[in-house]
Amino acid sequence: MRTLEQTTREVLDLATKHFQLPEGSLAPEDDFFKRLGIDSLQTLEMLSRLENHFGIELPDYEVQGVSDFKTLAERIQSRL
Amino acid sequence: MLDLAKYQSVGAALKDALDRFAREVCLIEVDREREKERLTYRDFKERAHPLAKALQDAGFSAGNRASIIMTNQSKWLISAYAVFFAGGALVPLDYKLTPDEQWQLLKHSGATILITEYPVWRQLSVSAGRASANVQTVLVTEAPSNAELEGARRWEEFRSEGEPSFLPRTRKDIACVVYSSGTGGRPKGCMMTHENYLEQCVALTSLYPFWPGVRYLSILPTNHAIDFMVGFFGPFTCGAAVVHLRTLRPEYVREAFPKYKITYVSLVPLVLKNLQKGLQARFAALPRGKRKVFNVVAINKMLTKGRPRLGISRLLLKQVHEAFGGELRAIIVGGAFTEPQTLQFFYDLGIPVANGYGLTEAGTAITVNDLRPFRADTVGKPLPGMEVRIMNPASDGVGEVAVRGKTVMAGYLNDPELTAETIVDGWLMTGDLGKFYKHGHLQLSGRKKNMIVTEEGKNIYPEDIESVFEGLPVKEFCVFAANYIWPKRSMTGERLVLALHLEQGQPYSDELRREINVRNQRLLNYKRIHGVVLLEEDFPRTASLKIRRNVLAEGLSKLDSATAVLPL
Repeated sequence: MRTLEQTTREVLDLATKHFQLPEGSLAPEDDFFKRLGIDSLQTLEMLSRLENHFGIELPDYEVQGVSDFKTLAERIQSRL
Repeated sequence: MLDLAKYQSVGAALKDALDRFAREVCLIEVDREREKERLTYRDFKERAHPLAKALQDAGFSAGNRASIIMTNQSKWLISAYAVFFAGGALVPLDYKLTPDEQWQLLKHSGATILITEYPVWRQLSVSAGRASANVQTVLVTEAPSNAELEGARRWEEFRSEGEPSFLPRTRKDIACVVYSSGTGGRPKGCMMTHENYLEQCVALTSLYPFWPGVRYLSILPTNHAIDFMVGFFGPFTCGAAVVHLRTLRPEYVREAFPKYKITYVSLVPLVLKNLQKGLQARFAALPRGKRKVFNVVAINKMLTKGRPRLGISRLLLKQVHEAFGGELRAIIVGGAFTEPQTLQFFYDLGIPVANGYGLTEAGTAITVNDLRPFRADTVGKPLPGMEVRIMNPASDGVGEVAVRGKTVMAGYLNDPELTAETIVDGWLMTGDLGKFYKHGHLQLSGRKKNMIVTEEGKNIYPEDIESVFEGLPVKEFCVFAANYIWPKRSMTGERLVLALHLEQGQPYSDELRREINVRNQRLLNYKRIHGVVLLEEDFPRTASLKIRRNVLAEGLSKLDSATAVLPL
């Protein structure tokens, strides 16, 4: 079982790769709308990638209002 | 379709529709690839009547208000029908607002009943705003069996036996209070009458008809005026079916078109543009041998110049149309301005986009492209029964768009002053600028009012987000739509800016900039400001010390926008 710290790191790694950013350029507290300049649709695409990676289903309503990687990782962790 | 001219209320029309189309499918609910529910009009009635009876048993009666905060699903529509049946008025709220914003609007609306989903209630129930609203009964759907409901009741169990008694309403009674904006600032609760909906439905379905067998894919939130009309009232009064998706992931939305043979869908411009990009990428990736698609598009374009010819387009561009299920008649787009090249792209593929222009205050739509002929650079012609005028046009014909007709709201709830400013001599002043072309097409060219609309269809009023900056260590501040200060003949790329007046000798330090950034982050992403404008004079104020925004904006307009707006 992953720890929250591991989950957070994996979320950041995956987002870094997905949006082709330099390694280590994202932090847990980063707001992904602002940091990545993405809209709600691109966020949904990112969520699908995360679901595949972690092998979970993350309903849209679970991530309603979430805009930073840390909280996102917590929501994922609760479903692992 | 029912003859809506004979009806006095939304509830009466829906009641008859449930009997008339009893055997037709009205709702299909899908979660990812799983179909969760398929209801006929008879099933719908059987679910809704015990709920209506329970509402009546709880004392809910004529004119009382009930709010719905839910994502798009069958229970939204069943609950709404039960409220109308019991003679109530509906307050549909956006599930994407923050809990505090939702409580503020619940309080303002005077709703005594709240119908919501468990994930929403989980956040609402612990929000401080709860104490101020007058909500007496909360019904929560889909709560886990062991969930603590914090005083709410389970929607699925809130049922009474026996037939509810239908409470008739008149055309002039309020059917819904719909908030066009106003969280934190001045709530704008549009009082929509039963007549507004009945008339709008007749006008819209005369151009884009529904009938049994038609399937509408509901993606825009149902609290939004467009989906309420074309994803509920319109299809139901014609015996058509509505398909709800519990997820809006693009891959599942794409799958739904062929799987459920969708006839109509409504989208915001952002999603439409995304679809366009996807298709363009697929065309570009085609091997050289298959590039004849471009020639076919050119042929289709030529053949559909004067009017759409669905049959021909489906034959010529078979693969494209099959990807959309082969039954798609039109994509309805609204909520914000759509770029002409996106509209043209789809029209050339033989998929007409019903591009319109509307305001919650004016019913759902004011103009819609009737496709005779298609004009991508306009928002179409006024709907039947809608009078549209350009007030005080300049030499180029551009002026403020004003609207009159039976679909215009009764006014803003509890705000006669704002109502009087907005509806002048029976004309609704839209605050949008536009002009008419000789064949009656309306072209929009900018905004006169201090607001922005995002590509996702969100209306943002600067006053509504100022509370986040309260207590900022500066002398005074004010948020503006940049286009309001520096008018631009454009309906896209709108931004908010923060005007700051610092204390004497106070520098615009990194610390202050950071503070602004931190506060800005507390706002939902689409509500954030994009820059700061520094001003060295006192803000003009009224006798009661309110900022005179129009005068301040005029002063700011003398600055050069290219250099005056400092990025955050």
